[in-house]
Amino acid sequence: MANRMIVPFGPQHPVLPEPIHLDLVLEDDKVVDAIPSLGFVHRGLEKLGEKKDFFEMTYVAERICGICSFIHGLGYCQAIEAVMNIEVPARARYLRTFWSELSRVHSHLLWLGLMADAAGFESLFMHSWRVREKIVNLIDETAGGRVIFGSCKIGGTRRDIEPETLKRIARDLDEIETSIREITAIFEDDYSLKHRLEGVGVVSKEDAHKLGAVGPVLRASGISQDTRSLGYAAYGELEWEPVVETAGDCQARSVVRAREIYQSLNLMRQCIQKMPDGPVDVKVTGLPNGEYFSRLEQPRGEVVYYVKANGSKFLDRFRVRTPTFANIAPLLHMLKGCEFADVALIVLTIDPCISCAER
Amino acid sequence: MIEQANITTLERSELLSKVGELFNQGYRLVQICCTLKDAFELSYSFDKDHALLTLRLQVSREDAQVPSVSGIYFCALVYENEMHDLFGLNVTDMALDFQGTFYKTAIKTPFNTPPPIAK
Repeated sequence: MANRMIVPFGPQHPVLPEPIHLDLVLEDDKVVDAIPSLGFVHRGLEKLGEKKDFFEMTYVAERICGICSFIHGLGYCQAIEAVMNIEVPARARYLRTFWSELSRVHSHLLWLGLMADAAGFESLFMHSWRVREKIVNLIDETAGGRVIFGSCKIGGTRRDIEPETLKRIARDLDEIETSIREITAIFEDDYSLKHRLEGVGVVSKEDAHKLGAVGPVLRASGISQDTRSLGYAAYGELEWEPVVETAGDCQARSVVRAREIYQSLNLMRQCIQKMPDGPVDVKVTGLPNGEYFSRLEQPRGEVVYYVKANGSKFLDRFRVRTPTFANIAPLLHMLKGCEFADVALIVLTIDPCISCAER
Repeated sequence: MIEQANITTLERSELLSKVGELFNQGYRLVQICCTLKDAFELSYSFDKDHALLTLRLQVSREDAQVPSVSGIYFCALVYENEMHDLFGLNVTDMALDFQGTFYKTAIKTPFNTPPPIAK
């Protein structure tokens, strides 16, 4: 008869930069159940919406997460703009798309590095983060901050990018892509990595849909669902297709993220080519009254911003459903039946962002 | 592009049957949100083919209880435990009931409790 025991995983663990806890029910070395615990660093930021001016909430939204900060700010601004019927200038929409994709490349390179580190590929980890540093420098140059962009505001963007700078960035992207190809080739083809990741933590297409998976976790299971298809910002005017894999395992999730980097680079080039002239913001007058669900695609998947305004400068409700929160149920499914040694890698392949989940 | 909102109001007694219908039609559960003013206002959002559908439910403070939909959508358990821990809403028959320990907050039901008055 199998020896049954409960092993605590986290909240402190080498693969977890942030705290999440799992009680793993094991039968010998096989996981038969996993029970999560969150809330170690819950910040209650949603409640701040009732106390902060709705303009100031943009800063709060951007600070939900240090990796996808721009898209958090954008999600909040889009929700308020929809409530107030604000038409954002075309150039601002393109700039928002450009920064969103810059943010995605930075996030995916960060994740590839963490994955390499967890799998024992130290040099690959350093190489990924070396290239990521070039992206972070572009963020710093164009937005003014390495982590918090601070460039999105209700009614447009706070900053513009000079046409000469955009042309130079297009050339920089070519160089960066060459470096990234060396990294992603290892993730797609290396025997040791494939041996470690293939067939591990499998989620079928049906289960991914039923369990509410989002982002690369969903697309790696064969479902072509990407919130950018809604056409928000400038996505409706650009040419792209969601990256989809079908195996639903850890390798497929890695490959989806690796290929999405090229997709993002391509989208950034399109933004630079098609960037319209004109203003980057409009004057915002009045106070919001109404409600709206704003959906966007973060590096980790679909994020939902809900705002309910009452005609004053404070909101009745500011709600964020982050992708990591949505991917907890699929994670529990992936862990059932896996080997104990694979738990760390499986947890990593949902790209958990606990500061997002603990907003 | 502004995504159009499609919000349907329903009674508490209709919740499980309506959610079951959506499940059978292939909808994905996107989120569950609780808003608290005079009453609890619950929004269950679903997606199919990139169209968002929201079910809206009002529950009074005196009778703060709803049935869990986690028997239909297992993933609802995180949203329902969150509503219980932050708002004090009683969700019955959850697939995984953390009994108030999903979030480790300094005060109980912080989104329902008035904050202390600052001097």
